[in-house]
Amino acid sequence: MVPLSWYLIFAAALFSIGMFGVLSRRNAVAILLGIELMLNSVNINLAAFWRYGDVHLMAGQVFAIIVFAVAAAEVAVGLALVISVYRSRRTVVADEIDMMKW
Amino acid sequence: METTTLIWLIPLPPLLAFFLIVLFTNRSKALSHTIAVGAAALSFIGSMIVFVRALGVEHLGEHPFESAINWLPTGDTWFRIGVLIDPLGAAVLFFVAITIFMIFLYSVGYHNYGQPAGDHDVKGLPPHGATVTDEHGHKHVVPSVEPMYSRFFAFLGLFAFGMYTLVVSDNLLTLFVGWEIMGLCSYLLIGFWYGKPSARDAAVKAFMTTRVGDVFMLLGIAFLYSATGTLTFREIFTEETLHALASTPAWFGMTASGLIALLLFIGTVGKSAQWPLHVWLPDAMEGPTPVSAMIHAATMVSAGVYAVIRMFPLLTADWNGHELTTTMTIVAFIGAFTALFAATIAVAQNDIKRVLAYSTISQLGYMIAALGIGAYVAAAFHLITHAFFKALLFLGSGSVIHGMEHGVLHTGNHHVDPQDMYNMGGLRKKMPITFWTFLIGGFALSGFPLVTAGFWSKDEILADAFGHGHLAVFVTLAIAAFLTAFYTMRQITLTFLGEPRTEEAKHAQETPWTMTTPLIVLAFFAVTYGWVGISEHFPILGGLVPNWFHDFVGHTLAEVPEAPEFSWIPLLTSLVVALGGLALGYLTYRNVKSVSEDKFQIPLLKNKYYFDEAYNFLFIRPAYWFAENVVYKFLDKGVIDGFLHAFGPFTQGTGSALRNYFDLPVINRAIGDGSAEITYWFGGKLRGIQTGRVQQYLMLALVTFIVIGAALYFFVFAA
Repeated sequence: MVPLSWYLIFAAALFSIGMFGVLSRRNAVAILLGIELMLNSVNINLAAFWRYGDVHLMAGQVFAIIVFAVAAAEVAVGLALVISVYRSRRTVVADEIDMMKW
Repeated sequence: METTTLIWLIPLPPLLAFFLIVLFTNRSKALSHTIAVGAAALSFIGSMIVFVRALGVEHLGEHPFESAINWLPTGDTWFRIGVLIDPLGAAVLFFVAITIFMIFLYSVGYHNYGQPAGDHDVKGLPPHGATVTDEHGHKHVVPSVEPMYSRFFAFLGLFAFGMYTLVVSDNLLTLFVGWEIMGLCSYLLIGFWYGKPSARDAAVKAFMTTRVGDVFMLLGIAFLYSATGTLTFREIFTEETLHALASTPAWFGMTASGLIALLLFIGTVGKSAQWPLHVWLPDAMEGPTPVSAMIHAATMVSAGVYAVIRMFPLLTADWNGHELTTTMTIVAFIGAFTALFAATIAVAQNDIKRVLAYSTISQLGYMIAALGIGAYVAAAFHLITHAFFKALLFLGSGSVIHGMEHGVLHTGNHHVDPQDMYNMGGLRKKMPITFWTFLIGGFALSGFPLVTAGFWSKDEILADAFGHGHLAVFVTLAIAAFLTAFYTMRQITLTFLGEPRTEEAKHAQETPWTMTTPLIVLAFFAVTYGWVGISEHFPILGGLVPNWFHDFVGHTLAEVPEAPEFSWIPLLTSLVVALGGLALGYLTYRNVKSVSEDKFQIPLLKNKYYFDEAYNFLFIRPAYWFAENVVYKFLDKGVIDGFLHAFGPFTQGTGSALRNYFDLPVINRAIGDGSAEITYWFGGKLRGIQTGRVQQYLMLALVTFIVIGAALYFFVFAA
């Protein structure tokens, strides 16, 4: 059986790729994609720890499902915001959406 | 009703009358005097019932009527107050009730109830008379009613309350409360005609002088309480307590009991107007005459002597029965000296009431001297007989003055002093009831042998003084008795005998029944009360009537005092001085026509040995000087004002220093403005990072997270 550390390394790599996307991409939609990657890397962790721990305790799986639900909602809201911002400012570049400064 | 309940109730009606008159009925003269006289009558009836019941109790001395309640918690115990009627209390209650009731009744007539209001009368001055027109169209000036009639009865009521409280008290504290209530009332009543400057001065003088004594009395009470823990008479007068007090040494070679008794006695010196605090009493004659009788017979001055009689066991606690203790010597000396001293002054006075005032001082000195030599029963006996005949004399003199005022109103000559005996003469025909009752009172005062009360009580004091070998006291009192008879006869001769010396005296008129009835009642007692105390050893008469007074009152003490053996010397002495004084007084003054023929107008006596002047020089002027220069100029203007004047600038300087060097720079500038500026500065610096770009925020969060995480790792987990 594949050791747990492999899963963890994989999840960490995925999280880092997602975070890099969030911090470096200019497109707001791409930033949302990065966030999804980060959330899913966490889900991998949750599932891995469940499998390698006590399988009768379902908390890991349940938590993963909650994360899916939250992610879905977040994407729905996030995309709606991006579309709304695009309609008003004709851009989806994150650096140009800087109304919330002093 | 239970006797003890009744005793509790005795003082209350006059107090109730006082409040009712003051609060509700003072506009109605009729209602006010009805309430006051009614209250006096209620107390009188209650007192008589208590007295009669007291007579029916055997061994009342051991089992008196007493009742007490817890009043004031003092630590673990209670201070109890209550009422006590023992034989002494019953005897005193008897005469107090009668005289007070008579004086209330007399006041109705004295203040001209039923007469019209005066033409020009004002409050605070004696009434001046009213003009009336009869059916024939003739104008007459008649006496007018007192403008402050209701107020007078209110004060009398309060006064009566004080006296009853004092008599029924079973402890020194409530006795003192009654004592002070009377002090206040005497001030109010002496100054009743406050429009007269002399009345105002007399009121203040009476109040201040008695206050001197009262301070010492309060000291004595405090000393007694701290030494024994109780002020109840029957708890103090136990064998153990008295013995403990008598064997405790105090200052000046006196025992604790002696010192306490002396302090309490100084209170009596003030209240009973003994030398050297006698000066207030003659001036107290400024008050209306019922007040003089009230103060001089029934209440205040008797209260002083009553207090000493009450504290007699304490006074004699360290007495072996023969040699007088220091305290007793002082008491005997002051009493005997006052008796003689005041009698000499009385000889030279021309004001009918002033003669009686000095006579009162002298007679009170008699009682005090009797107590000083241990003659307990004789002092109590003389106290009561004196109260009857002196009240009678004062009310009689008031009646005379009233009759003379009638004459003054008739002639309209207001320069004639209706109180000066040299303006009188021949009044026996105009005022027969007043004359005969005054004569009885005067003879009782002089000690006219066998028939009058004064003879028996005075004789008993003299017999006691002689029988126990106190010759100095005996001689002094005998001379005083001679002078008493002399000035009394002088007074009677000048007032009633001979021919009228002025037009006013010719038109004097007998007073109404409300004034003469009390005179007759008091005259009855002035004669008969002596018969209850005739010594059994007296030749022929002794034993005919049992010596009830000695048996009754003597049992107040634990050991009944022995009556002295009979001796002819004091009896002959009192016969000689009484009859000799009366005869000499009559012979000297029967032909005196005017004051210039009076051989006894000696300036020294006329001016009362210059005591007023001496006190003025010794106490009053230094007090004024002290008040002016020390208290006012130095203390008030200098120290207190100086302090205040320094305090103002000082606080102002401190205030502005605080403002300039602390409030403005530190609080306002540094803390107030400084905090705002620092916040502003930091805000200015920090707002640069507020770019509004999400990714920069995230980057910052990441960097911060890494830095904090690294710091935690290196400094907390790895350490």
